Parts: sequence; structure tokens; C-alpha cells
Amino acid sequence: MAKEIKLMKGNEAIAEGAIRCGCDGYFGYPITPQSEILEHLTLENPYPKTGMVVLQAESETASINMVYGGAACGKRVMTTSSSPGISLMQEGLSYIAGAELPALVVNVVRGGPGLGTIQPSQADYFQTVKGGGHGDYKLITLAPASVQEMYDFVELGFDLAFKYRNPVMLLSDGVIGQVMEKVEVGDYKPRWTNEYIAKNHPWALVGKPESRGHNIITSLQLDPVVQEKVNHKLQAKYKVCEENEVRYETFQTEDAEILLVAYGSSARICQKVVQLGREAGIKVGLLRPITLWPFPKKPLLELSKQVKSILTVEMSAGQMIEDVKLAVECRVPVQHYGRYGGMIPTPTEIFEVLKTL
Amino acid sequence: MTREEIIKPENLVYKKTKVLTDTVMHFCPGCGHGTTHKLVAEVIEEMGIQSETLGVAPVGCAVLAYNYFDVDIVEAAHGRAPALATAMKRLRPEKFVFTYQGDGDLAAIGTGETIHACNRGENITIIFVNNGIYGMTGGQMAPTTLEGMVTSTSPYGREQQFNGHPLKITELVAQLPGTYYVTRQAVYTPALVRKAKRAIRQAFEYQKLNKGVSFVEIVSNCNSGWKMSPVKANEWLEENMLPFYPLGDLKVPEKE
Repeated sequence: MAKEIKLMKGNEAIAEGAIRCGCDGYFGYPITPQSEILEHLTLENPYPKTGMVVLQAESETASINMVYGGAACGKRVMTTSSSPGISLMQEGLSYIAGAELPALVVNVVRGGPGLGTIQPSQADYFQTVKGGGHGDYKLITLAPASVQEMYDFVELGFDLAFKYRNPVMLLSDGVIGQVMEKVEVGDYKPRWTNEYIAKNHPWALVGKPESRGHNIITSLQLDPVVQEKVNHKLQAKYKVCEENEVRYETFQTEDAEILLVAYGSSARICQKVVQLGREAGIKVGLLRPITLWPFPKKPLLELSKQVKSILTVEMSAGQMIEDVKLAVECRVPVQHYGRYGGMIPTPTEIFEVLKTL
Repeated sequence: MTREEIIKPENLVYKKTKVLTDTVMHFCPGCGHGTTHKLVAEVIEEMGIQSETLGVAPVGCAVLAYNYFDVDIVEAAHGRAPALATAMKRLRPEKFVFTYQGDGDLAAIGTGETIHACNRGENITIIFVNNGIYGMTGGQMAPTTLEGMVTSTSPYGREQQFNGHPLKITELVAQLPGTYYVTRQAVYTPALVRKAKRAIRQAFEYQKLNKGVSFVEIVSNCNSGWKMSPVKANEWLEENMLPFYPLGDLKVPEKE
């Protein structure tokens, strides 16, 4: 069968990816710049076709807790929002992580703080990879840099969420959410049956049969001895995840003397900077983290032995730069260039910074 | 007559329902939660729906409800139980889904989730235990605390001028088109226990009709938080709580 190619916005690709990968439920609340996700889902109306539930909640707080309830039933459920809405979801994310449930959350980041601006930003990096909510927990974080990846990472996100019984964050931004590109979409995959869930996810709430005790989903441990054990178990899981799930790509790093590090739409812009640099005779390459947590520490450490300086480019005041510095153990100077508050850096202005390194 | 001769099925007059686990409850002696748990569990057993029931526990005194109800059950964040139950019922519409919540959980921090789940007409049962106080955290003022009532955060008595009015959330949800059955009961006398059980049974039966939320308030006591003996707390409940929170049905389905 010929490949099916569609021209769509990043936000629409999220919705389409959800419907086609067998997602069971979407719960969301409108917020710019990601409202097309809920709009596309309600327009497509997948329920009669795939059985996927789409519900507009009364708030982001309700959305994430609907996700919590659906995830407790072993269902593949998700929500999406943008920065202020994601802030409201932090309580629920902490509960979902604490209860070890799989769930997918998409943040199409906009400028902040506060109500901020509806223009693109990458200033939610700290919130996403350093905690956000309360307690010691981690979100597996994927950073798409194209509309195709917005589509692909929905299914990948669900796979990782269930593999580790952990919430997955797709950290996008207003550029990737709003830009239109062609996308190769996959076939419609059937949703899991209730029988499949009962068999393969024995922790899920499916109704207690006589043959087993009742399943309890909770993040409460009143006994600190037990709570510490739960935390040890979480940390052990995160370690396995760090060993197995690091994703990144490199661009002309083989002979690079200067390394750019950028993710998401900043990485797209930095590809052009690499081209400008090479044309000017500067040996510059790019490392693009695809997973922001777990962070590609090892490849960065390796490259730090080869390059003489590193420039991180982020649409923030400098957040990922801290992880880059930790990864390279301060072997080489690491500088930051960023535009923020909704402003997007141009390749030319980054190139001007590059020339000063 | 030996002990063995007495313990025979034909002599059995009472047995704990199998839908309650053997876990020792943490509730204070005299508290209405234990009775209310028992009634919900008995209804589930009598309807034969133990394997078809999914529960949602709250944050508050009933936070450990998941240890007592022998059904598949999730512990929600404070106030969010109706949001969890919404998704659970939408994704497993053939199941019986219930939340069990207190007044701080349902009528303060979770007001939004309560109102909107009720207004959407989710086909769930909400069991709402109202004792006019935050019991778990040590007896602070709740949205349902009566005027003049002394709590640890209204030590001179709740003043309307500063603390606002006690919230009749049950009257509020009864106004919403998404609720199908709304009733207020109590469990401090044997007769009221029997009546409350019939109401809870009705609330679970109505889930079969897919016509919206069935909502059962249990006006209860908190002898620890109220700083009274269990007997005195029940007297106080009757004299003070019931005039403001009168028992009875607030919304019953029209005969079809």
C-alpha cells in the first residue's frame, strides 16, 4: 500500500497520531497555542470508529485527573496543554508518577512566566525535567523537532509510558505546534481490548475477580520506611530508563571544534547555523537531544573531549545549559544564547555569536 | 451447649460482608464512616457486583477506604475523585463506578470537579459524608461548618462576616440537570442506617439506567473533631446539623 502523506499542523499531527495509534481517551482544556489538538479530535470524532473517548474537561486540573483515572484502568490516555495549563497539572503528574501509572502529556510551550505570551518558548525545561510537581520523580521527556515527530512520538510516548509505568511528557513548543509540514501517517491500530489489559497489565483496575485480591492504585504510604522503599524502587526504575532510553541525533559533529546543543525548534534553527558556519569555514556541529530526560550525558561527554567550546541555544534564559555543563563536567567552556518571552532566534544572530567563540 | 454447636449456619444472624476486607479500620470509635463503608460494601455484595465495581477513594478521613473496600480501587488527589470517576466510567461504561468523599474533599477543594461531573451527568455514584469539619487534619473549619461552630481554625466560632456561609452543596447539585437522584441521609440510629442503605442501593441501581449522577449525602458526626463523646456528638448532630442539613430526598426520578 502506498504511504499516506498528509499536510498538517504539529498540533493536528498529535491528534491524528493519537487516533491512529489506538489511544483510548483524550481529556483536555482549550489553551493557545495547542487548541487545534482538541479541535481536530472533536472534528474527527473517533469514538464511533475506534472507540476513543474525547472529552473537554472543565480545567487542566480535571483533565490530568481524568487521565489519572483512565490510566488506573490500564487505558492509553492522554492530555495536552500549554505552559500555564501544564503548571496546573503538576499535582496530578506527581500523583501519576507516584502511583506508577502510564500516561502521555503534551506541552506545546508558550512564553512565560505567568500568563506570558502565546508565542513559542522553551522555558518549561526545568519544570519538565527537574520535577515540576512535588517529590522525587521523573518524567520521560521527548522533544519533537518536526511535525512528523509530533505524530510519531505519540505512539512512542505511549510505548515508553507502559514499558516503565511512568508518565511521559512530549515537550514541544508553539513553533512545532503551529507549523505545517507533510507527515507520513500510519494505519489505524486497534485499541487494546479489556481482556488484553486484564491479562497484560495485572495492576490495572478492571474489576476484581474471585481469583485475586483487589487492585489498589495509590501513592500514599503513611509508613516512612515503606515510602523510602517505594522511592528506592522509583529511582531504580529511573536508572534503567537512563541506561536504555537516551535518544539524540548529531549533525556534522565528526570534525567539529564548536558544538551547538539545542532541542526542538531551536535544533531546527541550529541546523541552518551549522550550514552558515561551515560555509564560513568554521568547523561547527550540532547535538540535538531527543530525550531531555534521560539526558544524553555520555555522547556530550565524549564530544567535549573533541570540541573546544559549546554553545547551547534555547528559547529560554538558559535552562538546558545546566545539564550540558553537568554532562561535560566543565571540561570545555559552555555558553548560552537564548531569545525568550516568545521571541525566536534567527540563524543569523546565532551565527554572529558563533563567530565570537 | 458448646461453642461449636452455636456456630452453625442456621444460627448465624450477622456476618461481615465479603466486600469489606479484614483490615482493621482506622476510624475513631463512634464515627459514621465505618457504618457508611459497611452499607456501601453490603449493597455491592447484595447486588452481586463486586467484580463489576471500581471505586475512587478521597483525601481526608476516608483516605484509606481503598484498604477496606474489597474492590479494584484508586486513591485520588484531594477533591479530584469525580474527575477520575468520569474517565473510568467513560472508558469502562459497563462497570459500576463510585466515589467516596468527605465535605472538605467534595465541597471545598473539589467543588469544581463535583459541579462539572454532576452537570455533565456522568453515570457514577457519589457517596458524600458530611461531618462539617476536616477530621483527618485535626478538626479545622470546613465549607460545611455551621455558623458559630468552634473548630481549630475558627476557635471563637465560625463567623459569617469573616468565614462566609456553610455550603449546602447537595442542594446545589440537585439543581443541576445532570443529577438523577440526590438524597440526604444519616447513620446515627438503626432506623436511619436501614434507610440510608436503601438510598445507597437505589443510587447504585440507578447506574444501570445511564441517566446521570446519583448522589447520596450522609450527614455524620466527628466526635474527635467536635471534641465530644460519641453519644454527645450524635445528639449534637441531631440538634444542630439536621436543622441546617435536613434529611430526605432532594431529587427523585419521576415515575416513568
